[in-house]
Amino acid sequence: MRLLIINGHVIDPSQNFAGSAEILIEDGRINTFAREGGINRTGADIIDAGGMWVVPGLIDIHTHLREPGFEHKETIRTGARAALKGGFTTVCAMPNTNPVNDNAGITEFILKMAQAEGNARVLPIGAVTKGQKGEELASLYAMREAGCIAFSDDGRPVASPVIMRRALEYAKGFDALIISHAEDPALADSGVMNEGLLSATLGLKGQPAVAEEVMIYRDIALAELTGGRLHIAHVSTKGGVRVIRQAKERGLKVTAETCPHYFSLTEDAVAGYNVNAKVNPPLRTAADVEAIKEGLRDGTIDVIATDHAPHGREKRTRQFDDAPSGISGLETALSLSLALAGEGVLTELELIGKLTQNPAGILRIDRGTLREGAEAELLIVDPQRRYVLDAEKMISRGKNTPFDGMELKGMVMKTVYGGKVLEWA
Amino acid sequence: MPKKLLDSKEIDRTLTRISHEIIERNKGTEDLCLVGIQRGGVHLAERLAKKIKGTDGADIPVGSLDISFYRDDIRIRQPAVSRTDMPFDVEGRKVVIVDDVFFTGRSIRAAMDAIMDMGRPALVQLAVLVDRGHRELPIRADYVGKNIPTSGGERVEVMLAEDGHEDGIFLVSPGELNEGGRQGREHA
Amino acid sequence: MRAAGRGASMLNSRHLLGIKDLTAEEIMLYLNSASSFKDILKRDIKKVPALRGRTVVNLFFEPSTRTRTSFELAAKRLSTDVINFSAPSSSILKGESLLDTALTVEALGADIIIVRHSFSGVPHMLSRHLRASVINAGDGTNEHPTQALLDAFTIKEKKGGFGGLQIAIIGDIIHSRVAKSNIYCLKKLGADVRLIGPATLLPECFRELGISTFNNMEAGLEGADVIMMLRLQLERQGKGFFPTTDEYFRQWGLSRKRLQAARPDAIIMHPGPMNRGIEISSDVADGGNSVILEQVTNGLAVRMAVMYHLDERKEQ
Repeated sequence: MRLLIINGHVIDPSQNFAGSAEILIEDGRINTFAREGGINRTGADIIDAGGMWVVPGLIDIHTHLREPGFEHKETIRTGARAALKGGFTTVCAMPNTNPVNDNAGITEFILKMAQAEGNARVLPIGAVTKGQKGEELASLYAMREAGCIAFSDDGRPVASPVIMRRALEYAKGFDALIISHAEDPALADSGVMNEGLLSATLGLKGQPAVAEEVMIYRDIALAELTGGRLHIAHVSTKGGVRVIRQAKERGLKVTAETCPHYFSLTEDAVAGYNVNAKVNPPLRTAADVEAIKEGLRDGTIDVIATDHAPHGREKRTRQFDDAPSGISGLETALSLSLALAGEGVLTELELIGKLTQNPAGILRIDRGTLREGAEAELLIVDPQRRYVLDAEKMISRGKNTPFDGMELKGMVMKTVYGGKVLEWA
Repeated sequence: MPKKLLDSKEIDRTLTRISHEIIERNKGTEDLCLVGIQRGGVHLAERLAKKIKGTDGADIPVGSLDISFYRDDIRIRQPAVSRTDMPFDVEGRKVVIVDDVFFTGRSIRAAMDAIMDMGRPALVQLAVLVDRGHRELPIRADYVGKNIPTSGGERVEVMLAEDGHEDGIFLVSPGELNEGGRQGREHA
Repeated sequence: MRAAGRGASMLNSRHLLGIKDLTAEEIMLYLNSASSFKDILKRDIKKVPALRGRTVVNLFFEPSTRTRTSFELAAKRLSTDVINFSAPSSSILKGESLLDTALTVEALGADIIIVRHSFSGVPHMLSRHLRASVINAGDGTNEHPTQALLDAFTIKEKKGGFGGLQIAIIGDIIHSRVAKSNIYCLKKLGADVRLIGPATLLPECFRELGISTFNNMEAGLEGADVIMMLRLQLERQGKGFFPTTDEYFRQWGLSRKRLQAARPDAIIMHPGPMNRGIEISSDVADGGNSVILEQVTNGLAVRMAVMYHLDERKEQ
């Protein structure tokens, strides 16, 4: 198959390129990347991008696919399909399934299921500790051999500093990445939203922003001590950004991600006991949102991840305290992120970089690029296309999103992946 | 234009007559009390008390009764809750309920229930300024100012000086409803 | 002869979920009607047929005798049929079964469902799924709106109004739904509210509401017209909020000596049940300034007014 994409506004951070270009795909790989009109069209199927953006397939470093164990919330099939619609051709699946992905057998199961379905590529993340209990290290090396891309107890923090230290030390032996869900559990004290006036007036238990800041500080100190590779998941606070910035200024190789909801919403979304805005870490204040944006702008935060956390009907019918945390985010992440370019927080290149090149670099995978020779995974995105989100129409089984009913801007029109062109609109 | 049925003078004459009838029927004023139904009946009860005093010299206690909690048409139209003020015990007394317009009889039924819940009067009578017919309950008035035949869609408006108007009773046809300053009370 | 309002219902919602959502006019409607109901409660026959044929369900997921009894009696005084449905502790009635329980109760024909739950927002969640009127009888640490209404009614009776009144609320503010509802209510009615308590139980964020906060009892009580004591939840002891109940009383207990800082005619309120010797001394609780028992009586009148007006709102 020869597929030629013309008239696109191509953005490829891996080549530091943003401008008009043509891309020829042959045999599932990018054959030629050339200036407009530079490729012989003979025998090629032509996609006219019509001035829309052409970008590498996005990489989500932080996804919950729920299988095995919670198939009513999401399956590998539905989650990886939702990913393709959202523009993500690679997703990293967090291990808090049932059973937990804390051994090579589960890792192999996830990979097998993902391959069979042929949707977005799934890279499993293994648990740091057995059963994510925070007590004993899981068999990290065996899981790595089986295909785990990184390790995390995400969903809960590694409470014990000693276990975290050992994990960083041990993983260093095979240069594996540890992803920290940074929340001091004692300080967070089961708080269900951000602590402040709003939590006081809603009568909901708040978790203070400092619970995140303290834990980020701890894990950075341990990374410095051990020399291990550390990535901080879902940064949500001003203090968290500050601690990471200081670490980077000191030359530490820590990396960090945030999620679209942390720069799109404040805690006000929780008012009225809106369980769809219940997420952990919780939505914060306007000052935190500004700090997150500044962290994205100055490079403190490397990656935009979805923390896609789908839930079933239980999310809607339970009281706020009891409802599970999380936002179904794969299908809204790009639209929400594009707003950052619209606001001038990030350039197009920076924005797409945080969704492609940067996560690829942290994960050390050769993806998220339009370089000649790379596997052809790319998107055609209409950055101007407006739509009103209807959660019930999302592919994900998780309809839990605080953005339901809102008008969003920017839509994936086509996903080129696995030798196919998927059309979404 | 609403049709004027009684003017100020006629209202006054009518109340004088009713006050005499009350004294006559009850053979004096012993144990007598007047209870006006909120809101129109209260002013009339006070006027009647004044006239009775002028004739008989006796001070007749006057109470005001809010029947909100006793209405059977609460689901249709909710009246404001006014204060019930009964500065005497109805137990053993001759109670004359006073209302401005006598219509379906449902307000009177509610008023009787309300009074019974306060005690056991020796007897209960009813005085009304206007009887416009259309009874829905087997209730009759003991003292009637004026009988005015009406159709169901019409409304009888009682304006009183105590509410800042010139005294007058008007018949309002359906097309004229909700016009002008004072919103008429529905007399059920 | 005061008119409480006129014409059709002034209420914006058929539920009473919190004071937060009410206007000052709605609050005054309840307070004025409560006066009429209080008159009825003084009669020999303390009952009116206003809500005859209606079914009221007390759906309590948290143990409570006082509030439940008050609602029950208020409902009976309005001639409704009352069912008490006391569910066991919420720990086994989580998730969908909570909603299912409420739907079951509604299917029995409930017109008004009175909900108490240890989690904040439960009445709000249920109100989104139920056709019945929902009355919040206390949800977690969020609100207890009828308590605030009865407190406001009591203050209005004793002080005539709210403008310029200095009202001090003392104790475990952050965990108190009574305090929260009273803060919103009294602010809306124009009183000056100040909060007094240890910093562990009184976060400074309340200042953002335009309320002064005091970590010193004497300073906070200075010139107060109304003193509202809160019940100290004894289980907070040993969790780092305060060391011992003895130490708590030393700093925050209302004693006769402390009372001297307030105005001589200050009234003392408490939502009950009291911890004598912990947040309030017995001589103050039983003293001349105390209106604590009147609060209980007024609770009946206020709850009658709430049910009466919600029922009328529901019909529209």
